[in-house]
Amino acid sequence: MASHNGNARFLAGGHSLIPMMKLRLADPGHLIDINPIEAELNYIREEGGEIRIGAMTRHRNMLESDVLAKHFPIFFEAEHVLADPVVRNRGTMGGSLCQADPAEDLSGVVTALKGEAVLRGPGGAERVVGMEEFHIGPYMTAVQPDELLIEVRFKVKPGGGSAHEKVERRAGDFAIVAASAALWIEGGVIKDCGLACSAVGPTTMHIGRAEAAVIGKAPSEELFAQAGAMASQDCSPSADGRGPVDYKRHVAGVLSKRALSRAAASALR
Amino acid sequence: MLVSMSINGQTHSHDVEPRMLLVHYIREMAELHGTHWGCDTSNCGICVVLMDGDPIKSCTTLAAMAEGHEITTVEGLEKNGVLDPIQQGFHEMHALQCGFCTPGMMVTGRALIDQHPNPTQMTDYEIREAISGGLCRCTGYVNIVKAIRWAAAYEAAAATGGN
Ligand SMILES: Cc1cc2nc3c(=O)[nH]c(=O)nc-3n(C[C@H](O)[C@H](O)[C@H](O)COP(=O)(O)OP(=O)(O)OC[C@H]3O[C@@H](n4cnc5c(N)ncnc54)[C@H](O)[C@@H]3O)c2cc1C
Ligand code: FES
Ligand code: FES
Repeated sequence: MASHNGNARFLAGGHSLIPMMKLRLADPGHLIDINPIEAELNYIREEGGEIRIGAMTRHRNMLESDVLAKHFPIFFEAEHVLADPVVRNRGTMGGSLCQADPAEDLSGVVTALKGEAVLRGPGGAERVVGMEEFHIGPYMTAVQPDELLIEVRFKVKPGGGSAHEKVERRAGDFAIVAASAALWIEGGVIKDCGLACSAVGPTTMHIGRAEAAVIGKAPSEELFAQAGAMASQDCSPSADGRGPVDYKRHVAGVLSKRALSRAAASALR
Repeated sequence: MLVSMSINGQTHSHDVEPRMLLVHYIREMAELHGTHWGCDTSNCGICVVLMDGDPIKSCTTLAAMAEGHEITTVEGLEKNGVLDPIQQGFHEMHALQCGFCTPGMMVTGRALIDQHPNPTQMTDYEIREAISGGLCRCTGYVNIVKAIRWAAAYEAAAATGGN
């Protein structure tokens, strides 16, 4: 990577990069295929109070994972509506995050679960980046050209529940709007919350105001309706073939509320 | 660059441009024209082949990414002049009209049956979900679902000594 002076790209599943190259939106001089190191980077591990997902873990592996289904049901829900099964055989966790498409489902999921990305640079130096820092703009991330995303880590905390809601034009399409929610509830009180919306802004929209508004309170439909209203106000969609701004704001609010309610139900189960 | 892979059990080795897509390698270098090339945008599923048994879109895979892998195309289904049950099923159930989507549908159906723990118990939903990466503009899918189910039943009957 270093010898190509920023003119090279890593190639994972290729299901975003190859279409981008066909459209001449990406024009790398060199591709470095990381599929040959899949054995090293395709894993879902539970260790030391954390879940770690390797960058080359395919969508299908996340859909079918018992470990994820147990701790973070949001993965099954998002993967089930992400693209189609043939695409899911190839696309990866690392490619999804590094593509940083604002409509990407997994970026919302990882943001809601407060995941951290582990990046490895030249010489093997590693740094850990939270999602706030990771997404710096549309299709732009904190990953430097000579850095490889290795894995994504999630803390397993007590009382966790999570859910993903998505509205799309047809099965397997990118979202018109999607909402990803995670809640950690102990003793009837929300201890922590993560809420993110996809396809309604220049990057995955982290709805921090709604998170702060529900932490410390008891879960209730009114509370989640207030949080949904905040998501609706704080996102910044633009009008396109998938709908006008007002409609997308409305859907972001409804889906955020629904995702939070279902996350609460799964936390209290 | 020299790219080698096994297609339907036969080793192929060709010097190709690094940017060559797998679908073109299969059609132009290996001269197997059963795999079709449609939308070229990863949406239609016409180009689906199996890589190590899993369905993938060959228009969204570089030939170089298949280096060293095992590819199965629709031509690889028939064995010794006998149609694979999935092919027979498409025939029995009238699951094709123009035939454009058929190669992708057949290999996808083959992989579904091969990977399902209990193929005769597959639900319609499971079959529809599995083929949801492919578009058929002719049949309305009903007969494709029936064909895949026919193949699963035929194989189960054959395995228990029936016809
Ligand atoms: C038909 C279709 C429908 C889709 N529908 C959806 C959908 O509904 N929802 C959704 O969320 N997504 C959808 N996708 C996108 C899909 O999830 C992609 O697979 C994913 O976004 C990219 O993963 P990839 O492994 O293919 O990445 P690639 O295309 O290989 O790479 C994407 C980018 O990430 C970089 N990269 C990849 N891995 C690393 C790494 N480990 N370290 C550093 N950089 C890296 C690459 O250099 C490239 O810039 C769809 C794709 C298709 C083709
Ligand atoms: S040609 Fe590959 S999906 Fe349409
Ligand atoms: S038979 Fe014509 S597209 Fe399927």
